[in-house]
Amino acid sequence: MGLVLPLLVFLGVTFLAPLATMLLRSVHDPVVADALPATLAALREWEGEGPPPEAVYEAAARELGSAREARTLGQVAGRVNRLQSGLRSVFTRTARNLEDVTGGPWREAMAGIDSAWVDPGTWHAVRAAGERFTARHYLNAVDMQRLPDGSVAPQPEERRIYLPLLWRTLLVSLAITVFCLILGYPIAHLIAHAPPRRGNLLLALVLVPFWTSLLVRTTSWIVLLQTQGVINDVLVAVGLVGDDGRLSMVYNMTGTLVAMTHVLLPFMVLPLYSVMRSIPPLHMRAAASMGATPAQAFRRVYWPQTLPGVGAGSLLVFILAIGYYITPALVGGSSGQLISNMVAYHMQTSLNWGLAAALGALLLAGVLVLYLLYDRLVGVERMSLG
Amino acid sequence: MRTDPLARAAARTSACAAALVACLAGHVTAQSITAVSYGGSYQKASTEAWFEPFTAATGIRVGVEDFTGGLAQIRAQVEVGNVYWDVVDLNASDVVIACDEGLLEYIDTEMLPPGADGTPAAEDFAPGTLSDCGAGVVVWSTIYAFDARRFPGARPETIADFFDLEKFPGRRGMRRVPMFNLEIALLADGVPTEEVYALLDTPEGLDRAFRKLDTIKDHVVWWEAGAQPPQMLADGEVVMSTAYNGRIFNAQVLENQPFEIVWDGQLLDINQLAIVAGTPRLEEAMRLVSFASTAEALGRRISYGPARASAAPLITTHLETGVEMGPHLPTHPPNMARALRRDWDWWVDNQDVLNERFSAWLAR
Repeated sequence: MGLVLPLLVFLGVTFLAPLATMLLRSVHDPVVADALPATLAALREWEGEGPPPEAVYEAAARELGSAREARTLGQVAGRVNRLQSGLRSVFTRTARNLEDVTGGPWREAMAGIDSAWVDPGTWHAVRAAGERFTARHYLNAVDMQRLPDGSVAPQPEERRIYLPLLWRTLLVSLAITVFCLILGYPIAHLIAHAPPRRGNLLLALVLVPFWTSLLVRTTSWIVLLQTQGVINDVLVAVGLVGDDGRLSMVYNMTGTLVAMTHVLLPFMVLPLYSVMRSIPPLHMRAAASMGATPAQAFRRVYWPQTLPGVGAGSLLVFILAIGYYITPALVGGSSGQLISNMVAYHMQTSLNWGLAAALGALLLAGVLVLYLLYDRLVGVERMSLG
Repeated sequence: MRTDPLARAAARTSACAAALVACLAGHVTAQSITAVSYGGSYQKASTEAWFEPFTAATGIRVGVEDFTGGLAQIRAQVEVGNVYWDVVDLNASDVVIACDEGLLEYIDTEMLPPGADGTPAAEDFAPGTLSDCGAGVVVWSTIYAFDARRFPGARPETIADFFDLEKFPGRRGMRRVPMFNLEIALLADGVPTEEVYALLDTPEGLDRAFRKLDTIKDHVVWWEAGAQPPQMLADGEVVMSTAYNGRIFNAQVLENQPFEIVWDGQLLDINQLAIVAGTPRLEEAMRLVSFASTAEALGRRISYGPARASAAPLITTHLETGVEMGPHLPTHPPNMARALRRDWDWWVDNQDVLNERFSAWLAR
């Protein structure tokens, strides 16, 4: 126990703790609740129709001012703006202009700065953003929204993106897993049963790309696949396609599939190889001597013994594919983007970490479900990573 | 998480009193600061024009790091309280957001020195280039460019030509973001520059912009990084592409590519130097920002215009090739005939929703 303690601590600090904080972020957001406590308390008295009572405005005016001083106003405004576009500048402008206002009535003062303050929609947005614990990131991640009356409805059609993307990510990952299996199985077989010298050479051919930088491999595919690229040039030179009929093989789904299959292929070949090496060649010879055709011998003797490798390789490739990010970003164009690209966007650009966390949690849940399914169908203890 | 600068200063002073030696040691290591920029030719130009002369003038070493824009790293540093970036080159809209969120220090405009001709800083900076948290350094623009070899006859001249598939067939490169694309869609649809943002602010205007983009959607190759458009043009992947003007300039003069820029409908943008909130090297960072705002014009190294009027006459020829810079700058008057200034406030308000809508539109 004492010997694994350093590893456990390391895992806890670098893996479990960040994972837990991100998951917490997907449901917990105290920024608005901390900045506008009195406003939110006063809003509880409001029926939801027409402008709220003066007490709300008075509290809001005070708390906007202090949020501006504490420099948390931008975060508050940003969160409300996600629920209703345009409110960010209303918040920052109002807080700035209120500095010159010395006394009430606050409703008139704020409405004078921007008419949005007498729009009930603004206050519904404030109230929703003020929830300390919220499910809205998860609703958002499955293209739903909560209406002011509390009911849940689908997003307007032009804003539905996450469900189609999740679905696409699943399909693409499945397709890549199948491609890797079709391509990797014969390679692994060849390497495992070749004479040692040739086998090692072939293994090196698999490993060298595996050790090459991901970016180099991905950009090499761009050089090969682009319209004026090597493959198209060859096709045109041979006369298979005309110069104006060059194929679009990159910056679309084809590019994503080809490049990701190549990048992930070693993760399929290596577990298969290690399993196949442990199958004695005698088995196939024995099957043949008992009268099995090569196809029968493969199907009934060889294939069942490689299943642990197939399972391990497929699970590995699938799980890696489902969270893949750089390759689709570079070669995917608009149709080859996956859900991970949206997670990256919300982490890096929109800074909506709550939504990014919710999308990540959905992916994590998907992988766990598949893992359990695999365990139920094949049995995890039969999986061999070599 | 975020401490009041006064309280922080007080804490530091008392710490100094307690351990004078340690504080002095801290002061010595502070003679080196970290500036962050975008890599590539822009970073090279910034290093030569600002950072190296700054070190020569003050003895403060500047470590230069690169990033790809955005606020994620700055926010992470400020939230965790471990700030190791000091000065960051940011887009003006990011400065607005980050300033509101308390991620940047306020810039004391009194500290900014007068221009080369003695104009006080407050009057010298072009409108909109100076903000609470950022001091403008360059005016750059998004334009579209084409490969002259592909158009031996008529050449694209207006922003409408970018959308004209009949007159100018072939694939177009566009950046995979709604910004710029929505603006040029309306410009190409005949909307005057001064009405673009007012129209985009209405649902009808947005629908109109997306409808215009629909007309070329099937012929667009989307790009992400600024280095891609010149590459795609050179490879023949596209016949024309939106791009950052400096990248096309580099391809033109350094690589002798036969690219032409169409300035009609260019979208002007400003980059500012900003200081990450809570940096322990605030004083040095502020010195760098004021130094860079007057330092030798960046425009002799890369074709971006100056933020200060007094710097314009200093931009004469390209240092490396001797090319006259004037006509290559976005701020050159003939290039400004139909230029649009990006409305940062509008984008800051609307980018969340528009990015979602744009992604949904792309996926359809």
